[in-house]
Amino acid sequence: MAGIAIEKLVKRYGATQVVHGIDLDIKDGEFVVFVGPSGCGKSTTLRMIAGLEEINDGTIAIGGRTVNRLEPKERNIAMVFQNYAIYPHMSVAENIAFGLYTSQLDKAAKRRRVEEVAEVLGLTKLLERRPSALSGGQRQRVAIGRAMVRDPAVFLFDEPLSNLDAQLRAQMRLEIKRLHQRLGTTIVFVTHDQVEAMTLADRIVVMRDGHILQVGAPMELYEKPADVFTARFIGSPTMNIVPAKAGQGTLQLGEKPLAWPAALPADVLVGVRPQELRVLEQGEAADLILAGTVAVVEPLGPETFVHVEAEGGLLLASASAKNPPAVGSAVRLGAPTTALRLFDAKSERAL
Amino acid sequence: MTGSSLTHRFAPGRVIAWLLLLAGGLLMLTPLLFMFSTSLKDSADIYDLRLIPAAPTLDNYKTVLSDGRFLRWFWNSLAIATIVTLSNVFFDSLVGYTLAKFQFRGRYLVFLAILSTLMIPTEMLVIPWYVMAKNFGWLDSYWGIMFPGMMTAFGTFLMKQFFETVPNDFLEAARVDGLNEFAIFWRIALPLVTPALSALAIFTFLSNWTAFIWPLIVTTSKELYTLPVGLASFAVESQIQWELIMTGAALATIPTLAVFLLLQRYIVRGVVLAGLKG
Repeated sequence: MAGIAIEKLVKRYGATQVVHGIDLDIKDGEFVVFVGPSGCGKSTTLRMIAGLEEINDGTIAIGGRTVNRLEPKERNIAMVFQNYAIYPHMSVAENIAFGLYTSQLDKAAKRRRVEEVAEVLGLTKLLERRPSALSGGQRQRVAIGRAMVRDPAVFLFDEPLSNLDAQLRAQMRLEIKRLHQRLGTTIVFVTHDQVEAMTLADRIVVMRDGHILQVGAPMELYEKPADVFTARFIGSPTMNIVPAKAGQGTLQLGEKPLAWPAALPADVLVGVRPQELRVLEQGEAADLILAGTVAVVEPLGPETFVHVEAEGGLLLASASAKNPPAVGSAVRLGAPTTALRLFDAKSERAL
Repeated sequence: MTGSSLTHRFAPGRVIAWLLLLAGGLLMLTPLLFMFSTSLKDSADIYDLRLIPAAPTLDNYKTVLSDGRFLRWFWNSLAIATIVTLSNVFFDSLVGYTLAKFQFRGRYLVFLAILSTLMIPTEMLVIPWYVMAKNFGWLDSYWGIMFPGMMTAFGTFLMKQFFETVPNDFLEAARVDGLNEFAIFWRIALPLVTPALSALAIFTFLSNWTAFIWPLIVTTSKELYTLPVGLASFAVESQIQWELIMTGAALATIPTLAVFLLLQRYIVRGVVLAGLKG
């Protein structure tokens, strides 16, 4: 087991820089999720940790040992790939045993290790099968088995669930989380799915354009996003962002100016989560009130979301599940001051 | 069977296609049938062009198989074709893999250089090969027969194209698992391109089994002849014994058929995608 220290890490492809000197400390036993849109540098960073990509500048240390110049096999890591990459010409048992390729164990000990791992992952009955005779979830489990069997210091997962259907994805997510609780090994997990990030991570690393935007526990990111990007990326459905003017200790938005004691720039963006922006009853009061017309109603069971044409564009708000407003009706949306997140309109940073 | 497939089956275009294929098949088959037919005829009957021999006999096979020269040539051909095939399967795929999966300076240039040799016909190469063999002292030797074919541009090109379809994830997973680069090639990449390897093996074996011009030029001792050269030498001897030549040719098709039957199932079976997303 080991922590990972990343310092001023840089990756360039020719003249294009794709990772811009990032710093990150991953503690021993921590489950860290890198999240961000395609091309944000998250997979590249993971591959640099694995040793599959050359590091152009900066250092990566695993368990206190700088690994920049070490081969992947010398880093005591194991990796699970997006396409599983289990070898089609070998049985499940042979695939898992391949994780022990460099191990000094004798044959019988290796066999025992493979059986133990298969037991944990529920693969015991499939050991003699070929990958072509397995389902997607089973293949993914074999890939995890091959990683587990070695008992590595760090597990690296590169979007391992993105090829699975929604139901299986939820199930594998649970299994990976339980695996982490059981083994306690450091895990670095890359995904573009914020739900995966929120549910799995001890800490989430939000990346964009080769920079780390924010690092924090899932709820910390949800409650206090550092910028508009993180605010919109984390949480489902996406946070509403509305432009507004500020000045003289007030915020000019909605029916009446809001008192805002902190100093504000002239142009701000106001963020409010759909769960906290509610359709108001007749005559009900709130700090922030926006008027609009219902465009679409989406009942989800426990709650109902309504899309409302209002000041600042199409907003998503929550309504009573029992008594939702009709499409085309005029509604008032309200939110308490405490639910508002303010961002600088220019820099998009949180205020 | 659905109605649409029935109408499809009797479409005029399809009938014409079938007839053309049938004609092509017969055209290919006729000489082969005559070869077998003649090999079963007595020397007196060989100009009787009936397909079914009047008095079929296996005497020709006895004669040919008891003639030490034939067996010698047969083994020469078999050994040469086998060694050249193994060499091609190994070296062509090694180079093809390197060109497909490694980034290095001059990679494209090397590939172009290899490809460009595909455009030179064998007839033009025969003289430089001969000069080369003469200077190295390889004339009239097994190595002299084999050396020009030990690696081919075609095979390298074929294998490169196939290795490019192997996802890098497999190789990287193996790299993380701790395999060295040769083990990655040998234990992971190579098994994933078995269909291409089989195709290459069949092509190489066939072309070497039937090779005529080069073995004829480079060999002078009869013991070193390959089967095609040997059979041809039957024909130029004082009297042409067609029934024996045809018997030798019939026997010569056996390894060809064996190689094809042995390897064809690998060609049909595509294994590469089985380990990827379902």
